[in-house]
Amino acid sequence: MSQARILMHDVADAATQNDPSAAERQLGLAERLWGNATLRKSLLILVLAVVWQVYATALDNPLLFPTLTETLATMLDRVRDGTLPARALTSVKVLLMGYAAGSLLAAALTMVAINTRLGTDFLETMTAMFNPLPAIALLPLALIWFGLGNGSLVFVLIHSVLWAVALNTHSGFLGVSRTLRMVGRNYGLKGFRYVAMILIPAAFPSILTGLKIGWAFAWRTLIAAELVFGVSSGQGGLGWFIFENRNLLDIPAVFAGLLTVIIIGLVVENLVFRTIERRTLHRWGVHH
Amino acid sequence: MTTLLDVSAVTLRYKTPTSLVTATERVSFSVDQSDRFVLLGPSGCGKSTLLKAVGGYHAPSEGHIRIKGREVTEPGADRMMVFQEFDQLLPWKTVLENVMFPLQVARSMSKAEARDRARAYIDKVRLTKFADSYTHTLSGGMKQRVAIARGMAMEPDILLMDEPFAALDALTRRQMQDELLQLWQDTRFTVMFVTHSIAEAIKIGNRILLLSPHPGRVKAEVRDVDQVSAADGSAAQLERQIHDLLFAEPGHRE
Repeated sequence: MSQARILMHDVADAATQNDPSAAERQLGLAERLWGNATLRKSLLILVLAVVWQVYATALDNPLLFPTLTETLATMLDRVRDGTLPARALTSVKVLLMGYAAGSLLAAALTMVAINTRLGTDFLETMTAMFNPLPAIALLPLALIWFGLGNGSLVFVLIHSVLWAVALNTHSGFLGVSRTLRMVGRNYGLKGFRYVAMILIPAAFPSILTGLKIGWAFAWRTLIAAELVFGVSSGQGGLGWFIFENRNLLDIPAVFAGLLTVIIIGLVVENLVFRTIERRTLHRWGVHH
Repeated sequence: MTTLLDVSAVTLRYKTPTSLVTATERVSFSVDQSDRFVLLGPSGCGKSTLLKAVGGYHAPSEGHIRIKGREVTEPGADRMMVFQEFDQLLPWKTVLENVMFPLQVARSMSKAEARDRARAYIDKVRLTKFADSYTHTLSGGMKQRVAIARGMAMEPDILLMDEPFAALDALTRRQMQDELLQLWQDTRFTVMFVTHSIAEAIKIGNRILLLSPHPGRVKAEVRDVDQVSAADGSAAQLERQIHDLLFAEPGHRE
């Protein structure tokens, strides 16, 4: 009987074994720095800041477009005298109230929706109706119902958060794979334990997306709503700060207010949500 | 040997939007303690549906499924499933946590107990180094080993495996089959295994139930499968015989 032959090659000799660089090479410092997204973005912001400064200096019209240094100086001023932090705090407080209430309502609504078919229909109909309706459009009505104050703000905030969060959470639940559902039931999990231990973590990418969208909606809605009336119990928010200073033609302060709005938005997006993402989705290797 | 699982005259039907499909018709068999019981048949013979019915996911329209005398009515941790899909592991848990999780929620074990038991079974499937890894970092074969470890750690009455190696490459599949047999040598657990590969059925099983398609009916049962060996060609001969039984015969009784 004829037979196949196996010819051995010498692969693992001592030289290559002791020298890992054969398979792997360290990247240079410049290459590694350029690979860092945060660094690249910071650089971009720096470039934009320089462009701002140069343009505003050339324009030389602080009433239309103050320079970056002017804006920063005013901002520092307003931070020192306490107005800006107080205004920001007022805004954030109202925001958190509305955001928390909206998210809780969304959780309740989705819970009903996944357990009953009628609940699903209700959620889908309500979302289809109210999601395209800008929250700010409800403000005049809210003012009649809840008066000039935080009640109205919280109402429009709930409206801006609720549908985005509920819609994403629900579609996240629906998207949980059949296999994972079967695994959960295999463990004998039912009802609330099943939802909490299987569905919520499995749908977490969508839930987080919903929370992020909800946050962005809420923040914009709040600033806009404050611009419209803002003062409640003698203490306005950031939107009111911007509006007030425009009336005083203190344009650097208007810019300082806008910058604060941006900074708070960035901090929440990059610190809070990015950290949650890094600790969960990235570690789990799941993407939406 | 005692009868562990008793399936008697089970008919399974499921609805599609347009019709009522009969997956299996009056299928009967019984599985004994420490059996490696293989359900073998071409696609459409209802073997997976049958396994899922034993798992409690699918209630029979007729007949009974009893495990240790208890009627199967819903999924439960006494019948642990190993699926074909790689996404059967919980991505938000590490390998160790994946194996611990059912021990804690379904067996009400303390964390320490569950950890010890889970570690022992992770060692058995040779994934000790990966115990703290998240599942997305594992290869397909490793994921299936975790699923097997998770199933075995529960020490269920029966392990239900639904084509667990079908999505693996050929080399890994052979390796996994050997490992499964090795694990069985160690603990002699009872396993019910679904496959459409005749060679795999002969390699894994000691008993093979042959099912014919549309609707699934029992065609034959092969016993003492572990008596054949690849060395003297008897395995190849059995493979041919089974192949002829399943495919050569024109059509099926309708």
